[in-house]
Amino acid sequence: MAVCIAVIAKENYPLYIRSTPTENELKFHYMVHTSLDVVDEKISAMGKALVDQRELYLGLLYPTEDYKLCRYGYVTNSKVKFVMVVDSSNTALRDNEIRSMFRKLHNSYTDVMCNPFYNPGDRIQSRAFDNMVTSMMIQVC
Amino acid sequence: MDASEEPLPPVIYTMENKPIVTCAGDQNLFTSVYPTLSQQLPREPMEWRRSYGRAPKMIHLESNFVQFKEELLPKEGNKALLTFPFLHIYWTECCDTEVYKATVKDDLTKWQNVLKAHSSVDWLIVIVENDAKKKNKTNILPRTSIVDKIRNDFCNKQSDRRSLPLFSRCCSSSRTPWCSTTNWTPSSLSMWSTSGPGVSVPPGALDCWVFLSCLEVLQRIEGCCDRAQIDSNIAHTVGLWSYATEKLKSLGYLCGLVSEKGPNSEDLNRTVDLLAGLGAERPETANTAQSPYKKLKEALSSVEAFEKHYLDLSHATIEMYTSIGRIRSAKFVGKDLAEFYMRKKAPQKAEIYLQGALKNYLAEGWALPITHTRKQLAECQKHLGQIENYLQTSSLLASDHHLTEEERKHFCQEILDFASQPSDSPGHKIVLPMHSFAQLRDLHFDPSNAVVHVGGVLCVEITMYSQMPVPVHVEQIVVNVHFSIEKNSYRKTAEWLTKHKTSNGIINFPPETAPFPVSQNSLPALELYEMFERSPSDNSLNTTGIICRNVHMLLRRQESSSSLEMPSGVALEEGAHVLRCSHVTLEPGANQITFRTQAKEPGTYTLRQLCASVGSVWFVLPHIYPIVQYDVYSQEPQLHVEPLAEDFWAQMCRDFPLPASKQSVLQFSSDPVYWSWRQTPQDSLLAGIPQRVKFTVTTGHYTIKNGDSLQLSNAEAMLILCQAESRAVVYSNTREQSSEAALRIQSSDKVTSISLPVAPAYHVIEFELEVLSLPSAPALGGESDMLGMAEPHRKHKDKQRTGRCMVTTDHKVSIDCPWSIYSTVIALTFSVPFRTTHSLLSSGTRKYVQVCVQNLSELDFQLSDSYLVDTGDSTDLQLVPLNTQSQQPIYSKQSVFFVWELKWTEEPPPSLHCRFSVGFSPASEEQLSISLKPYTYEFKVENFFTLYNVKAEIFPPSGMEYCRTGSLCSLEVLITRLSDLLEVDKDEALTESDEHFSTKLMYEVVDNSSNWAVCGKSCGVISMPVAARATHRVHMEVMPLFAGYLPLPDVRLFKYLPHHSAHSSQLDADSWIENDSLSVDKHGDDQPDSSSLKSRGSVHSACSSEHKGLPMPRLQALPAGQVFNSSSGTQVLVIPSQDDHVLEVSVT
Repeated sequence: MAVCIAVIAKENYPLYIRSTPTENELKFHYMVHTSLDVVDEKISAMGKALVDQRELYLGLLYPTEDYKLCRYGYVTNSKVKFVMVVDSSNTALRDNEIRSMFRKLHNSYTDVMCNPFYNPGDRIQSRAFDNMVTSMMIQVC
Repeated sequence: MDASEEPLPPVIYTMENKPIVTCAGDQNLFTSVYPTLSQQLPREPMEWRRSYGRAPKMIHLESNFVQFKEELLPKEGNKALLTFPFLHIYWTECCDTEVYKATVKDDLTKWQNVLKAHSSVDWLIVIVENDAKKKNKTNILPRTSIVDKIRNDFCNKQSDRRSLPLFSRCCSSSRTPWCSTTNWTPSSLSMWSTSGPGVSVPPGALDCWVFLSCLEVLQRIEGCCDRAQIDSNIAHTVGLWSYATEKLKSLGYLCGLVSEKGPNSEDLNRTVDLLAGLGAERPETANTAQSPYKKLKEALSSVEAFEKHYLDLSHATIEMYTSIGRIRSAKFVGKDLAEFYMRKKAPQKAEIYLQGALKNYLAEGWALPITHTRKQLAECQKHLGQIENYLQTSSLLASDHHLTEEERKHFCQEILDFASQPSDSPGHKIVLPMHSFAQLRDLHFDPSNAVVHVGGVLCVEITMYSQMPVPVHVEQIVVNVHFSIEKNSYRKTAEWLTKHKTSNGIINFPPETAPFPVSQNSLPALELYEMFERSPSDNSLNTTGIICRNVHMLLRRQESSSSLEMPSGVALEEGAHVLRCSHVTLEPGANQITFRTQAKEPGTYTLRQLCASVGSVWFVLPHIYPIVQYDVYSQEPQLHVEPLAEDFWAQMCRDFPLPASKQSVLQFSSDPVYWSWRQTPQDSLLAGIPQRVKFTVTTGHYTIKNGDSLQLSNAEAMLILCQAESRAVVYSNTREQSSEAALRIQSSDKVTSISLPVAPAYHVIEFELEVLSLPSAPALGGESDMLGMAEPHRKHKDKQRTGRCMVTTDHKVSIDCPWSIYSTVIALTFSVPFRTTHSLLSSGTRKYVQVCVQNLSELDFQLSDSYLVDTGDSTDLQLVPLNTQSQQPIYSKQSVFFVWELKWTEEPPPSLHCRFSVGFSPASEEQLSISLKPYTYEFKVENFFTLYNVKAEIFPPSGMEYCRTGSLCSLEVLITRLSDLLEVDKDEALTESDEHFSTKLMYEVVDNSSNWAVCGKSCGVISMPVAARATHRVHMEVMPLFAGYLPLPDVRLFKYLPHHSAHSSQLDADSWIENDSLSVDKHGDDQPDSSSLKSRGSVHSACSSEHKGLPMPRLQALPAGQVFNSSSGTQVLVIPSQDDHVLEVSVT
């Protein structure tokens, strides 16, 4: 499943980023950050079409070889981006599964936003969101 | 088998490498369909369903059909792309079940087994329908049955499903790099290179392979596309460039080509292994000057060549990324490059890439990359010897919570080590921004309103939050202060007051964005405030509006905010005014630092910069925001005198205590609001009793020396009561009592001297004095009612407006103050607590004087020793008091009446001058130190002797027992003269004939309550002999209008003065109107009884004819004391008339 999940604000700063295993955290940060290039490109290239189709899923952004990792992107209507790094050695993952994972993420993010004590733009520190992300990540022993 | 060896020429020239499709089964059949197939197949567009979420594409595909041989099938693990058979087709024309069973089925089974053995799952069985054969053998089973059989035999459920996308899978596997719209991602290469499980390769071999593959693909693209095409598709190829760069880098690191010393023997061995593993170059490129193979070989062969190739590739990649706007990726490659440069000991080249990357991360707020890049940058700057930059980066890292405690301590120590070094040039300062070192959290002033007088001490306490992981000793902390002389002009406005109304005098500073630099788009929130400008004269609103306080933050250029790493922006301000605090150790976390300063020049001081010095390192907060100011004022000495007793001001201060220091602000404020407060209590001093007055001396900048005194010039009717025990209290400016001293008061005839206690500047001296306003006769002259008074006292000069208000007296005291050559004149207003009225009461000829004393004040008094004396010289007049009590309380807002009977033996005097006096003292106080003057009231009673007695009677009609409504009754009026000629009779109305005096009187019957209708004439003029017991009887008819006990109509008497009066008629009219109780409306519209108009005869007709401006007879009311109505108050019973059907009852 996913090895890194990031929620990135409209202004491109991270609202939430979690990866596993933790010792590679920095690498994932760089990885997610560079993915924003492609996210931006995709949004601007098919921005209009996306809005019309209500298609939030951006598809594959970038494969990274050494980890056999693929990065997928998703953008909400408020231009908040979700980036997910997925271990591609697990070939069982299909597009639809990625989509559903993003949808789950989106729903949980919406719950976070509905919290009246959460200021939009702050870092996400919700336990519920954390738990959901954990459930989507590989448990590395 | 290589595709290029195939003899068939490509139909579409771009299709150089075609996917291999094997054909088994009936070769003749295949040969017959081959031409059609090879022509038609590429024309059919087909869908390429691509993996990894890419959109499907429609492509045209050619295939290379070869005969099926077992050797073609790939061995285990070998997945060479170009020789890989993607699809296996079995061709058959069989339409006969027998033939199928006999031969085709076996053949198919064999074919299938071979495929299975090589785990090839993509196959297709084609049954060709032959029309000719079909016609010949009509009896055979339909073709479909063969298909069914084949399906039953070879296609189980799963493979059946798989057989559907067969051809498309074939297409998907045959990626075509020459198709320029294809998105080339290195993943495919990676998959090929690593998908074979169990294949062990030496380290780096795969990298070599990937590098070569990438470059070959790129070379192919370059070979078949023109420049413009390539440029427009950088987005699709840049991934390969980046990938190749990355692989070359890892090869370089692997083979020791990046290390400073060059490769060691182990590295060289590894390199040799790798080069050997590459094998020989393929013949088709062997002769070219440049090929990926040669490039790789060259790069691995020497450090220099590697550097050249690596830099080429990196720069090309960065350039491409930048050109298509993938800045983040470009920066990331740049960071790799910087790492390489650092390895190569070229920090000057690395710096720009690190700075670029860092700027990007800072702008987007990525904390971990920031920390990591900063660490790299710190190393780079250290190597470059950029001390200032290094120290700044170190301070940022020392405060970075993403680093370990050890790392933070290390960077902090770097700063401290540098700071403790003896500097080469003394006085040289390294100026660094403060925010990474420590943050200003809050600030508070003591006094909390940040207003201090000249010479006063001001404390500023700040909370600094140290970001350092260890305690840091700071030599000094300095706040630069900007001084401006503003004359305190704006502080009086409400704007100033609101600004300084911080609840506890604490100013909080917004936390800086340092730990998580958020995006530059997140501007600070608007700070909007209401603003009111009031006119200083009348406090009316001049302007109002909204002020944005932090406009300079909002409107500054965006670029400047992103240059967080640039230390050059911080400039040290040198100012004359500083707040300083030396030798402070800042512990990690919050620290309290207190600055003390003595205020010097008056004006406004603005805190501008905060600096902390650690050795030669200065941490500077360039701007303290929000703006922090304190004010120093200078104040003129002032004297206030105000009533104390139930002082509104004092009450206000007690009920709504203001902070002590605020009171001092108010006292020198000229804000009209406060002045109006102070003016309201002025009426509260009471005349006649001792009253306390509070003196407040605000010393301001003046120091009260020994011997300074206030000289009060005595007002005539006001005494300053000297009391031995009066004390003066000296308060500091913050209302803290500082000393107390006895007050020495010396009084002479003209001047009272109060010696002030010694007091320093900006202190307040308070003391109280008792003053007594002596009652002065004219002021107390009082009001009289009209009963006995011929002339009203309206013109009396007093301040009484309504009956409820007290009469006031102003006493002006001129005070000489030691600080001024001018005298201060203070007006004290005293109110007379009583209002007195008198009235004359008659009973026939007996006369009484009634005095009513009304207490208007809030206090209760005790009245004693009431006297009424005749100040005239009529000796035979006696005033006999009918009051029994000598002591009498008079409560607040209540009245007390005193009555005396007038008695005389001889002829009464025409007028009587009386003086009423009554002693009074406040009921609450038992003992007064001084004896108080009694309250006096003088008045005059004139014409009090009764001259005429008027008696009216109503009789029922003759023969009737009672009066009845509607029937005429007779009214008898008997006017009797009670005395002989007196002094008071001698006026114009008196006529003399034959030794007999007579006077003309006019009577009038008026019924104001409309109970009676007067029939016939209601008035008439009579000539009354001036002699005792002379009577005149008048008879008239009246008709009762209602039944019941009716009061008799009023009978009024007037003096009838002849028209040759000296006065003009106009004046008379005025006097009548003024005495409106007589309701004289004789000049015309007496319409209700028009009959009486005629009966007045000549007098009235003359009156009407002479109406305009000509003299006419005047009427003068007789003073009430001269007429006694003996029938007043009597009633007569009227019964309803019998034939009345409607009974009207009026209740009045």
